[in-house]
Amino acid sequence: MSNPSTTTAPPPVQLLNVQVDGVWHQFPKGTRVIEACTQAGKYVPRYCYHPKLSSPGNCRMCLIEMGMPKMGADRKPETGADGKPVINWIPRPQISCAQDVAEGMGIRTDSPMAQECRKGVMEFLLINHPLDCPVCDQAGECRLQEFSVEYGNDSSRFLEEKVHKPKHVDLGPRIVLDDERCILCSRCVRFTKEIAKDDALGFVDRGSYSTLTAHPGRRFDNNYTLNTVDICPVGALTSKDFRFKMRVWFLKETRSICTSCGTGCNTVIGSREETMYRQTPRENNDVNSAWMCDYGRLNFHYLHDERRLTAPLLRQADHTLQPVEWRKAFATAAQQLREFKGEEIAVVASARMTNEELYMTRRLADALKCSLVDVVPRTGEADDILLSADRNPNTSGAQLLGIGGDKLGSRLAEIVEGVRTGKIHAVVCLGEDLSEQGLDAKVLEELPCLVAMSILPNATTRAATVVLPGSGFAEKRGSMINVKGRLQRLNHAIPSPGDARDDWEILRDLIQALTGSNGLYMIEDVFKAMSNDVSALQGLSLSKIGDLGVQVVTEAESREVPKTPLETATAAQPT
Amino acid sequence: MEIPAELERTIDEVITHYPASKRSAVLPLLHLLQEHFGFISKETADWVATKLELQPINVLEVVTFYPMFRAAPPGQHHIRVCRTLSCAMGGSYKLMNDLCELAKIERPKHAGHGTPFTVGEDGRFSIEFVECLASCGTAPVCMVDDDFYENVSRESAAEILAKYHEASPQTVS
Ligand code: SF4
Ligand code: SF4
Ligand code: FES
Repeated sequence: MSNPSTTTAPPPVQLLNVQVDGVWHQFPKGTRVIEACTQAGKYVPRYCYHPKLSSPGNCRMCLIEMGMPKMGADRKPETGADGKPVINWIPRPQISCAQDVAEGMGIRTDSPMAQECRKGVMEFLLINHPLDCPVCDQAGECRLQEFSVEYGNDSSRFLEEKVHKPKHVDLGPRIVLDDERCILCSRCVRFTKEIAKDDALGFVDRGSYSTLTAHPGRRFDNNYTLNTVDICPVGALTSKDFRFKMRVWFLKETRSICTSCGTGCNTVIGSREETMYRQTPRENNDVNSAWMCDYGRLNFHYLHDERRLTAPLLRQADHTLQPVEWRKAFATAAQQLREFKGEEIAVVASARMTNEELYMTRRLADALKCSLVDVVPRTGEADDILLSADRNPNTSGAQLLGIGGDKLGSRLAEIVEGVRTGKIHAVVCLGEDLSEQGLDAKVLEELPCLVAMSILPNATTRAATVVLPGSGFAEKRGSMINVKGRLQRLNHAIPSPGDARDDWEILRDLIQALTGSNGLYMIEDVFKAMSNDVSALQGLSLSKIGDLGVQVVTEAESREVPKTPLETATAAQPT
Repeated sequence: MEIPAELERTIDEVITHYPASKRSAVLPLLHLLQEHFGFISKETADWVATKLELQPINVLEVVTFYPMFRAAPPGQHHIRVCRTLSCAMGGSYKLMNDLCELAKIERPKHAGHGTPFTVGEDGRFSIEFVECLASCGTAPVCMVDDDFYENVSRESAAEILAKYHEASPQTVS
């Protein structure tokens, strides 16, 4: 176990007494006033403040009334009848986002002065705003809308002509900007500079003409740009991929993880009925902070590819593949596999499969008495933010479950060679394509038994004797272990298309067709069986994993969760 | 765009005044370069960014923020008309119209995006509205280059312009 947050004792933190709206609370030293208010149940509205970015204090929405203890002649705080310090209230409002709490501080989040400040800020913000909410893609998740309802005015006093600014600005390959909606909070500017390390955005001109822009001739194009769409409090920055596809209030939200690399960024999937429309990052300070990369975020459209496999297929006498019922497909696959001895069979699995599926793969291999099992490694270029060089999401899971030996992929060459030389007669290929391993269609077609489980057709499914249509990452439950050894959960957001089935169920039914009933009815049963077999998973269950995951193995890759300069500075300081 | 060696030496020296962060040298550098070129072109701004190891957007922000930096070439003589409260009440909008008419320049927009001034076709004069020139008691006031004029009427405006016509009779190519 190497999770510092659970194993290292936290250094002792000084607690400070702070009064929030008349009630005394205690907060650790270093707590932002705005965060202290939230912790005390008094949410203070904000636009520019973002806990993961530096605090410029430029929007003034978080104004509150603040006071410090009144000092007596002896330079000691005076105490009142209740034994608590008497507070000297500062006559002017203060911003709560750029200051830490102090001993004896008083805060009023809802006094007449604070209320008037918010009303005033809201009025100013809306002066030049186009008020085009009905056609704005942010509607439903817009801070300007929300705070207008709570703190704004019911009508506008502004009679003058509004300032006009650029619209439909093609900021980069994935982002469109509407400058008239921008409230100049600078969250996007700070994100791209502080987190994406690409100082690409800025404000030109001045006053009410201030305009967010990239440098003329420079595109806003790094692998993290879409995070600015998430943190933009208004509809100024919109995602080309998502805009106008669905009103957000129709979206069902499902907590899951990204499966496009070994980092396993925590996500929220937005779906409606059978369609996934987007995924956005979900905060997890042990994995992805509050961010995800554009590549992973947009890598889900294949789920709705019109070529999806939607029914089991069987090779016919005339060599065509025809749809059949599941029962027939399992019976035929089992019959074909039974023709061969264990050493004539190979199983090629995928580290894109969940632990549960890989565990079932192991049971399948056992049922076939086959020892030639491996998974296909998949690598790409890493960056020093989130993206891992391991493009398989569950390499650690495959390793933990002992699929593919010590080094993943080390037996692939033997499998390929065996198929070529005719030593291997049957291959079960799960979620991979053997043609990528150098086995061309002709060789594959000659196999008397090729069982392929996949969600999209490929050279392997086209050459298969039995095709079993599986589910994509948003269509199933299960767990994976990321490169840092953290066990995390996938969740079911949308149904699989047609007759396609959950992969673990396919494997269970195939094993059942080979060896009879195995007592696994729900995915929970699979996890239970797995946790009995694998010591690192002992005592866990899918529900115990929770939304933020648990550390189960030593990290394979040590990778810092992105930090702001401020966080880095505070981490370096002794408290 | 060519930076004379001597100017670059001055610039290099100015940068040493800001040991904590070169970024702070943006303003002095832009002043020096505008003095030399008359305005800050895109190339000049990008040169400053490279010189100070900044992104070009960081310099563009400064150039467009401060009204005293010009992103386009002005005329031979640059006229500034005050439009803050006292002058506005004292007739600065009429003065602007008069000056534009007399100098044959299109009237600039009050404010907004991009270049705030307009240049006459012959390139002799350019004109813009500015904020307070600190002479409220003698409104309306204006400046031509570094010369200050108070209580400017249409008649005195014509005289002022004539003075600069005489001072530089040749037209700019
Ligand atoms: S585009 Fe959005 S995030 Fe960026 S400054 Fe404007 S309002 Fe803020
Ligand atoms: S870094 Fe990896 S896990 Fe995170 S969003 Fe990108 S591809 Fe997905
Ligand atoms: S949230 Fe405090 S000033 Fe913007």
